[in-house]
Amino acid sequence: MHIAEGFLPAPHAIGWTVAAAPFVVHGARAVAREVREHPESTLLLGAAGAFTFVLSAIKLPSVFGSSSHPTGTGAGAVLFRPPVMALLGTVVLLFQALLLAHGGLTTLGANAFAFAVVGPWAGYGAYRLTRALGAGLLPGVFVALALADLATYVTTSLQLALAFPDPAGGLAGAAVKFLGVFALTQVPLAVGEGLLGVLLFRVLTVNARPELERLGVLPPEPAPTEERA
Amino acid sequence: MTRRRLVTALLVLAVLALFALPLLLDGGAEYAGTDGQATAAIEESGYRPWFESVFSPSSAEVESGLFALQAALGGGVLGYVLGRLRGRRQAARPDQQPADDT
Repeated sequence: MHIAEGFLPAPHAIGWTVAAAPFVVHGARAVAREVREHPESTLLLGAAGAFTFVLSAIKLPSVFGSSSHPTGTGAGAVLFRPPVMALLGTVVLLFQALLLAHGGLTTLGANAFAFAVVGPWAGYGAYRLTRALGAGLLPGVFVALALADLATYVTTSLQLALAFPDPAGGLAGAAVKFLGVFALTQVPLAVGEGLLGVLLFRVLTVNARPELERLGVLPPEPAPTEERA
Repeated sequence: MTRRRLVTALLVLAVLALFALPLLLDGGAEYAGTDGQATAAIEESGYRPWFESVFSPSSAEVESGLFALQAALGGGVLGYVLGRLRGRRQAARPDQQPADDT
């Protein structure tokens, strides 16, 4: 989903930067507030950031013949709500733009909007919806991570279509073309990412129960349910 | 408990299968990166990038090394946090075996 350095015309690059900036600033304040008011959250915040860091570094082959990487932004969105991921996701993108020549500074705004804003919000929305429909935590997590992943790539496709409309097919033609590159490839990766998220949250529900209860991910339990030996 | 372990194993297997399968099937695909496919499609239209990366890894080896570094940093921190959380839970109940561990 990384739009390469210099690959957006300047007005688009500036426009997306302006669009993403308030989310990232708001996200930075959300992270600062979380750390200040709940220092015990720092560990889990680190886990959310690390999850995105590792997943977005790994390019995986897709059954559709090309390869791409997951995003991992849905986990933090479920745990801490999406604003936190606007900052953490942008930090990941900045790392990749500066050290890996992957993505870029001129396209950082557009990439952040897709990866750190739309992805987490789409995943969080899907999570809330599945939970409201009565599903448990883990199905909700699966849907959240898969959809955060997919929504990011759909957004990238639309951003490119907007910047490079097809001479013949116009905006829609270009959208189909870029979705063909990104979206189909991403489906198996999104499923895999959803499964990885379920694995992560299975570990967290056992080992980080107090944090998950405070964050409202798990309902509070008055007393330990397991009987003592 | 054993059921929990079984579910974990099946989940891991499903993830592995999902990404190993395309390589095993190998229909002659090159598995080119989608990011590169998109830039190629854009350059086909005659567009030329107007800004260069401030730093570019000098070779594919250096680049993959830096990607590995990113994954290692993320994996290291994630492992540290999960290990600490697990240790904390076990320390809170020293009288009990870690029965429901994954």
